[in-house]
Amino acid sequence: MLRRLGPSLRRALLTSSSAVPGCGGVQLTEPGLLPLHALPPQWRLCSSAASSNSPPPPPPHPSPSQGPKRSADGSTVSSLNPAEVAKFAAIAETWWDSEGPFKPLHVMNPTRLSFIRSTLCRHFRRDPNSSKPLEGLKVIDVGCGGGILAEPLARMGATVTGIDAVDKNIKIARVHAASDSSTASIEYVCTTAEDLVKEHKQFDAVISLEVIEHVANPLGFCESLSALTVPNGATVISTINRSMRAYATAIVAAEYILNWVSLCPSCIFWPHPLRYILSCVVHWVGEKCHSFMASFLEPFR
Amino acid sequence: MTPPARASALLSRGRCFPAASRFRRPLVRAFCDAPPSLQDAAAGVASSQDQSEKVDGMKARPDELDIAIVGGGMVGLAVACALSNMLLTKHLRVGIIDSNPALKSRNYLKKDGIPDSRVSTVTPATISFFREIGAWEHVQYQRHAFFGKMQVWDYTGLGYTRYSARDVGKEYLGCVVENKVLCNSLLLRLQEENGDIEKMIYPTRLISLAFPSKSRQAPTSAAVSSGYTSEELHHSNLVKLELSDGQTLYSKLVVGADGSKSNVRRTAGIKTTGWNYPQSAIICTVEHITENDCAWQRFLPCGPIALLPIGDNFSNVVWTMSPEESLRHKSMSPEDFVKSVNNALDFGYGPHPHSGSLDYYMEKLFSDIGSTAASTKECFEVPPKAIGVVSERMAFPLSLKHSHDYVSKRLALVGDAAHTVHPLAGQGVNLGFGDAAALAKVIADGVSVGADFGDISLLKRYENDRKAANVAMAAVLDGFQKIYSVDFGPLNVLRAAAFHGAQYISPLKKNIISYAMGDTKWPLFS
Repeated sequence: MLRRLGPSLRRALLTSSSAVPGCGGVQLTEPGLLPLHALPPQWRLCSSAASSNSPPPPPPHPSPSQGPKRSADGSTVSSLNPAEVAKFAAIAETWWDSEGPFKPLHVMNPTRLSFIRSTLCRHFRRDPNSSKPLEGLKVIDVGCGGGILAEPLARMGATVTGIDAVDKNIKIARVHAASDSSTASIEYVCTTAEDLVKEHKQFDAVISLEVIEHVANPLGFCESLSALTVPNGATVISTINRSMRAYATAIVAAEYILNWVSLCPSCIFWPHPLRYILSCVVHWVGEKCHSFMASFLEPFR
Repeated sequence: MTPPARASALLSRGRCFPAASRFRRPLVRAFCDAPPSLQDAAAGVASSQDQSEKVDGMKARPDELDIAIVGGGMVGLAVACALSNMLLTKHLRVGIIDSNPALKSRNYLKKDGIPDSRVSTVTPATISFFREIGAWEHVQYQRHAFFGKMQVWDYTGLGYTRYSARDVGKEYLGCVVENKVLCNSLLLRLQEENGDIEKMIYPTRLISLAFPSKSRQAPTSAAVSSGYTSEELHHSNLVKLELSDGQTLYSKLVVGADGSKSNVRRTAGIKTTGWNYPQSAIICTVEHITENDCAWQRFLPCGPIALLPIGDNFSNVVWTMSPEESLRHKSMSPEDFVKSVNNALDFGYGPHPHSGSLDYYMEKLFSDIGSTAASTKECFEVPPKAIGVVSERMAFPLSLKHSHDYVSKRLALVGDAAHTVHPLAGQGVNLGFGDAAALAKVIADGVSVGADFGDISLLKRYENDRKAANVAMAAVLDGFQKIYSVDFGPLNVLRAAAFHGAQYISPLKKNIISYAMGDTKWPLFS
């Protein structure tokens, strides 16, 4: 089956099932792999955008969980897991040590950024050869950690806000960003996506990488991310599947949850679990999506 | 929004974050402590720097560079030129530190006059690089000499090899250009791209270099709370360069292009491996009756002598010999020297090689393998006689030197600062130009993903790319040097066999030519 996929896809290995932790009992089914001809053209295009030389991803991803649980009456309650927060706070100093526990993130970073750059340029019709293609765009990094993603985005010209629920991360991020004039303008805030939604904050691009797997309520989280995005904006989510077969991991970047255009669910060919989540989100929030693109970034060769 | 405005905006929103407030309040206070000093710093900058330019909305101080290139020679200028030629890196503030007055030139160098004896043979790969960055057209307005043929033989008379560009379907094997012409062309291109390059060139010497010592990852929240200004925090992360005219510059990346005795490399503590060859090279310019259109190289017992066309009726001589001999040759009269050169290229030290029956047999045997190279059938020729030496004779010692690392945090070495090789194949500066192209590309890749281009993980990609190729070339040249420095019967025959092989086995010959021309990265089996 894999042979029928395009060369870049061929090497991206789809993981098999993995329940997103803390999903609250949502059953995720395993769809089969689909042949290339059944893929929408955007997928084929996008799949060529990504390849990376990074080594196998590591153990637990360091962003803390963010989403609140929805209680029965619909009011939101913050559900930060104190144990997780403490665990990440303990290793916060090592965020910027490129040989430390966050090494795989550092190694993966150029690939993620290259992907984000090319897709945001395409979406906002920016010149991809410009040195600051994201100039004038308001971007938020939800679950920014030490700022590994936020700083390069700022260097690319975006007006960046970084939020994280771990206070220590925000401190580290601020100090690190202050030492470079091109990143000193990043606004770091210790808060959650839901709180910002209540503030009616909106951004041109909402990016949340490697966070959703920690979230207690991924559907709610996606809804918040969507609410933070302006109409015709872009939302970028990624996750690494952390199953036992994570050695052959693919990073799935879900892109472009825009606010209009109807989507026929049977046309979405996603590797789950993200696909499943997004299709639920799409239905639930009643929004119409313009285009879906999936990309497999192979984190190592 | 400026930081102080943002701080007050945050404060006013403080009411709306009840859930996270117990995390946030101390932060907000810390943030508020910082702004007054930030504001002072900003005000200080605004008032004292009339000539600071606004770069993308942020005030850029004139003493802060993105990239500081120490050494304005051929390779240093090539790095600057390559960066200013790419859209992604055009906007970077690049500075070149070199006190050489030649960097003040803004015109073409005249074609008449005696050619300088310091020349380089640029390979087609280098010529493509120059074309890409837009500097080659300037070279073409100044003196340069393409050559399409080459003959290599030795003193034993047991064999010879002729190479021709037509063997690999090209028009030329390389081009001989004076070093000052290469520098000048790069400078003119920089001028074209950047308007006034006075601001880019610092005509002084570097006195001291200080790399950022403590790593950024250690949280310096202590620094923030103890009232460090943002400027001090910022500078602690940059390289500090002190110049002989009293200026102090700060830079995100330093490129060490200051030659084989690099001070930058020494300051960074990068070790080298290498040895001195028991040889020195004499270089000078000689004149012929007619134009020379071929590159000649003869291996003599003490080292090779090369005769390279430089244009008009002139040729450049590079003669490697023992240090004592080189002193003697440097001080002898011009007439004696000319006689000596002609002797070395002709019947001196040994007979002319001639084709024997073995050669005809080999030619037939190997003619079935691939298409025969045109030069296989060419006979040995005697090089044109020199009628006079027209420039000063210069001598310099030869050595092999290779840096253990090409990069460290906020530093990259290029050219001779990273590697010095034997000149016997004219490859040295071509390796340097390869470094310049690779480094510029890596920096552009870094900018495209918003990376800090002083970051060592980015720079390592440049090192990985170039080190392997440079070491391979240095080893090949070193091998040649060693093989040819022994006058020992059986070894002589082996070398002769190698000559024959290179002459008559066409695929091998083409491989050698491609490698020497820079078309392939690895010798053989690529």
